[in-house]
Amino acid sequence: MGKVHIEIDGQKLEAEVGSMIIEVADKADIYIPRFCYHKKLSVAANCRMCMVDVANLPKAVPACATPVAEGMVIDTRSQKAINAQKAVMEFLLINHPLDCPVCDQGGECELQDLSVGYGDDVSRFTEGKRVVKDKDIGPLIATDMTRCIHCTRCVRFGQEIVGIREFGATGRGEHMEIGTYIEETVESEVSANIIDLCPVGALTAKPSQFKARAWELRQAPSIAAHDCLGSNIFVHHRRGEIIRVVPRENESINEVWLSDRDRFSYQGLTEGARLLNPRIKRNGEWEDCDWQTALNLVASEMKRIIGASNGNDFGILMGNNATTEESYLAQRMLRKAGSNNIDFRTRRRDYTGDGRGSVRSGMNFPMENLDTMDATLLIGADLRHEQPLTALRVRKSTGYGKAMAINPFDGEYNFRLSNELQPKSNMLAQEFACVLAAADALRPESLNAEAKEWLDGIEFNDEHKEIAQNLIDGEASCILMGVYVQEHPQAETINWLAETLASVTDSDWGYMTQGCNAAGNKIAGAVPCQSAAGGKSEQGKTAKEMLTEGLKGYMLVNCEPDVESIWAEQALQNLKDAEFVVALTSFADGRVPDYANVMLPIAGCYETSGTYINVEGKWQSFAAAVKAPGEARPGWKVLRVLANLLDLSGFEYESSLQVINELREKFDAVGDVRVARKVPPPMMVVNEQETNRECLGLYMVDPLVRRAGALQKTPKASTHPISISRVKTR
Amino acid sequence: MANEVCFRTLHLDTPWSIDAYESVGGYSSLKKIAAGELCYDTIIDELKLSALRGRGGAGFPTGLKWSFMPRNMPGQKYVVCNSDEGEPGTFKDRDILRYNPHQLIEGMIIAGYVMNATVGYNYMRGEFYEPFARMEAAIAEAKERNYLGDNILGMDFNFELHNHLGAGAYICGEETALIESIEGKKGQPRFKPPFPANYGVFGRPTNVNNTESYASVPAILQHGGQWFLKLGKPNNGGTKIFSVSGHVNNPGNFEINMGTPFKDLLELAGGVLGGKQLKAVIPGGSSSPVLPADIMMDLTMDYDSIGKAGSMLGSGAVMVLDENTCMVEVAAITAHFYYEESCGQCSPCREGTGWMSRVIHRILKGDGRAEDLDNLDRVAGNIMGRTICALGDAAAMPVQGFLKHFRHEFEYMIEHKRSMVKG
Ligand SMILES: Cc1cc2nc3c(=O)[nH]c(=O)nc-3n(C[C@H](O)[C@H](O)[C@H](O)COP(=O)(O)O)c2cc1C
Ligand code: SF4
Ligand code: SF4
Ligand code: FES
Repeated sequence: MGKVHIEIDGQKLEAEVGSMIIEVADKADIYIPRFCYHKKLSVAANCRMCMVDVANLPKAVPACATPVAEGMVIDTRSQKAINAQKAVMEFLLINHPLDCPVCDQGGECELQDLSVGYGDDVSRFTEGKRVVKDKDIGPLIATDMTRCIHCTRCVRFGQEIVGIREFGATGRGEHMEIGTYIEETVESEVSANIIDLCPVGALTAKPSQFKARAWELRQAPSIAAHDCLGSNIFVHHRRGEIIRVVPRENESINEVWLSDRDRFSYQGLTEGARLLNPRIKRNGEWEDCDWQTALNLVASEMKRIIGASNGNDFGILMGNNATTEESYLAQRMLRKAGSNNIDFRTRRRDYTGDGRGSVRSGMNFPMENLDTMDATLLIGADLRHEQPLTALRVRKSTGYGKAMAINPFDGEYNFRLSNELQPKSNMLAQEFACVLAAADALRPESLNAEAKEWLDGIEFNDEHKEIAQNLIDGEASCILMGVYVQEHPQAETINWLAETLASVTDSDWGYMTQGCNAAGNKIAGAVPCQSAAGGKSEQGKTAKEMLTEGLKGYMLVNCEPDVESIWAEQALQNLKDAEFVVALTSFADGRVPDYANVMLPIAGCYETSGTYINVEGKWQSFAAAVKAPGEARPGWKVLRVLANLLDLSGFEYESSLQVINELREKFDAVGDVRVARKVPPPMMVVNEQETNRECLGLYMVDPLVRRAGALQKTPKASTHPISISRVKTR
Repeated sequence: MANEVCFRTLHLDTPWSIDAYESVGGYSSLKKIAAGELCYDTIIDELKLSALRGRGGAGFPTGLKWSFMPRNMPGQKYVVCNSDEGEPGTFKDRDILRYNPHQLIEGMIIAGYVMNATVGYNYMRGEFYEPFARMEAAIAEAKERNYLGDNILGMDFNFELHNHLGAGAYICGEETALIESIEGKKGQPRFKPPFPANYGVFGRPTNVNNTESYASVPAILQHGGQWFLKLGKPNNGGTKIFSVSGHVNNPGNFEINMGTPFKDLLELAGGVLGGKQLKAVIPGGSSSPVLPADIMMDLTMDYDSIGKAGSMLGSGAVMVLDENTCMVEVAAITAHFYYEESCGQCSPCREGTGWMSRVIHRILKGDGRAEDLDNLDRVAGNIMGRTICALGDAAAMPVQGFLKHFRHEFEYMIEHKRSMVKG
């Protein structure tokens, strides 16, 4: 890109050819007032607030729509510029209510802020003001459309970023109204971003409406806990009460966006019944007790069961929100106590890849690269419902690149697919293998003899060939597997196919994982086959074995297997039948009280410090944003004390930082290893009944989300995104 | 002289038929092109020499506009005719479409040839049922004689032409809103640049001209740019159709030479209705500032003369107002029109047009206040030049015009709560 030299307010600047004045000014920290401009959206140039004075031009011009040119001299504060800006401000205010004290946006409103600088104290408008009827667009977003200044940011967001046009402008002139077509509710999984985009109080967050004023809030940086991206967030709280969650900009992860799930899940913390004291069940009745009593009981029961069964009959299941520190301490404690039965993969059927010592997180390339792929092949990936923001990135790439899918279900896509195959659920690996066979035919020199033998007899058609060709042709291309694949009985075969196809076609590859910390759990060693950082371990029982075969004793860490595991019914029965179940949980509701013997209150999301490792392998540590209620304590502290009570040495941690540093050292010693499979996994035909025909719903993925009231009221909550009816079985 | 360019078939029986058109030399320019007698450069040169200026309102030199089209750029390009004719007072394009459709068609084919564009759209306002039917019939005739379609007159050049009816929005006459409308979207102007010549219909290079502009081209190429220029005056070539309405005895369209004194045009239109005194004239459609009679009677009808007097020739819609006209009333009607027709995209126009309209209507109701007039002038000034499209200016200019020449009528009404002229 060429450069031009310009001057803004006396400051000499270098700018890229084709950039707009406002972009250059923003980079140089020169503020130009604006409403409609947003760096992530197309230029609409409709508010006219950004008028600036360009030397030799007769009139002020909009900075958001005027490209820079060599030698341009711009004044953002000249009389000409200020006059134009003030004139526009006056126009925007004539029909806008001047009752900021009763507006939920008051205190953080772009219009309010700018009117202080550009507005007059007295309105010269004495005619009647426009009033617009409010619309009910669902449980997440409150509307006050009389306040709308028609900047169309919300409209452009739907049109450009999400690809789902939920908002539009109807009517013309002063009668123009922004709203959903035919009074629809807003349903997309990223809908609430328009709250951040809306510069005024027309669109605000319904769950936090009128709960607090912006200036009463403190913000704590944190990490979202509901998908494997690890979106960066701010938790806004007033004296320890969480009022809302908003995105924290991180271009390489969530950009400026947030999924509705990450934004509103915090409600679960107060809407679920919180467990405030340790509790012991005596004669079928729950009794509150102190920590000492409860932990002593847990320690003695653990010792008894582990001792009696040589470690076989006790196991730990980690939940989807567990921090890396919790997982690390839990596995270390358990292994030292004499058992290897620990797992977090309550939704995995295929464990044949265990034991190779890989600690790779899921993706071997940065998420950002998805934006610019020439070809993306999705395998069993329902991105919109699994990792909503990933779908936005893939959508971006389809501006010029191709997206393709081999999904055994009717996917909902917000981008166009160039190729789509819909095999039956039990034939996913077979269908995918045809693409590898096609790629082998196109590039016969790539595969080794073993792989070629494996592929022997597999036929492919033109569609398979086109998919392979697209991957080969793309300068940047990738194969991305969804959570569905990780739940598939042939997960390992599909993983191998993806890896092999990637090498033949020179593509990147990766898989999305369940929950927010699959990578962290694995690195921490919360798996039966290896300890921390891929360390050796005798093989313990997998989650499937623990839940379907039954154990005498269970420890659940923020885990509700009766809801979130694949074998929910069997799990429930086995938990009920167990001699002893201890649940480290934040909640006193659900079915845990039915089968647990001891419940230990642990801090929920945003109440504990910890670390999540995302699917790209980014370690993101956070501090507690607020204090946990009652007697609840951070999970890592509870586990540490318990280890002491089990008479185990080496658990003298004083902070979660010490815990994570210890793991980090071990991890750094081995690095981000991925131990490849030596022989191809067997190609077997799986029974239809054994394949996954149902995934966890968008708002069902973990205990916190399941208790978040507003999310549960949305239309998306009531349907499983991939339900039996949508999965191909015929 | 009258009726020499766009109305040159008007004296014939069924003037809209292809035979009538050919009898006055119609399609001869296209034939000259097919015979290799007219090439791209000569056409542009003749147009520039003719001093034909856009008849849609802004008066931009047509030859220059055509030369901006990237004719050698590969890919689809479009030729679009603006027959939306929404400016109040204007009704000339309708009569070209009704009485001489072939001349428009020939003009558009030539444009397509010059720009290497193979598809044309003629966008007509929603009420033009009869012109639509005439145009459809004319296109069928032209196809039959191979003026339209593939390999036109044996040339390696194809051109197809589509008629499109709008849905009754004034803003769709603005060229980029028109383009959005052709694409099937809500008619809202685009921010310029990029101009249609670079980014038009479906993002492809597009030339937009008014009906009368295209229809002038065949005659120019038939008789030469010099001939056309001589019909008018320097920088204001040719004839122009004036749609005269209001308080005259004989309202209608008059195609006369550019530079004809207004006095003569008024005479052609039969003089002021009932022999009353002329009070003022809105010389170029409702968006042009009003001019009082004494100024108007000294002007000639061309871009430069009217421009110098502080108004615009615009679309050539001449609205004649007699001595009994209340200017506050006319201002109120005009302001209301733009208020209703603003597309609502940009703040100054969306909010400002409603503000101006409400204030003038309040004055009309007898609730005016002394400060209203300065405020009106200020609001109009704040809209000017700060909007996405020229509708903002079109709304502001007439208000400032009425205030400039007839402020005393507004002041009278504010003070006495009744009209100065109507009592
Ligand atoms: C609000 C608005 C309405 C317009 N309406 C018309 C119209 O009805 N017909 C027309 O030819 N041009 C109209 N124009 C002008 C067009 O934008 C454009 O300048 C014209 O079609 C160009 O053709 P010309 O160069 O042949 O005049 C309008 C412009 C504005 C701003
Ligand atoms: S609702 Fe908000 S974001 Fe949408 S157009 Fe109105 S002011 Fe802009
Ligand atoms: S000036 Fe008026 S009509 Fe033109 S784009 Fe702006 S709001 Fe729409
Ligand atoms: S920010 Fe430039 S016009 Fe709105």
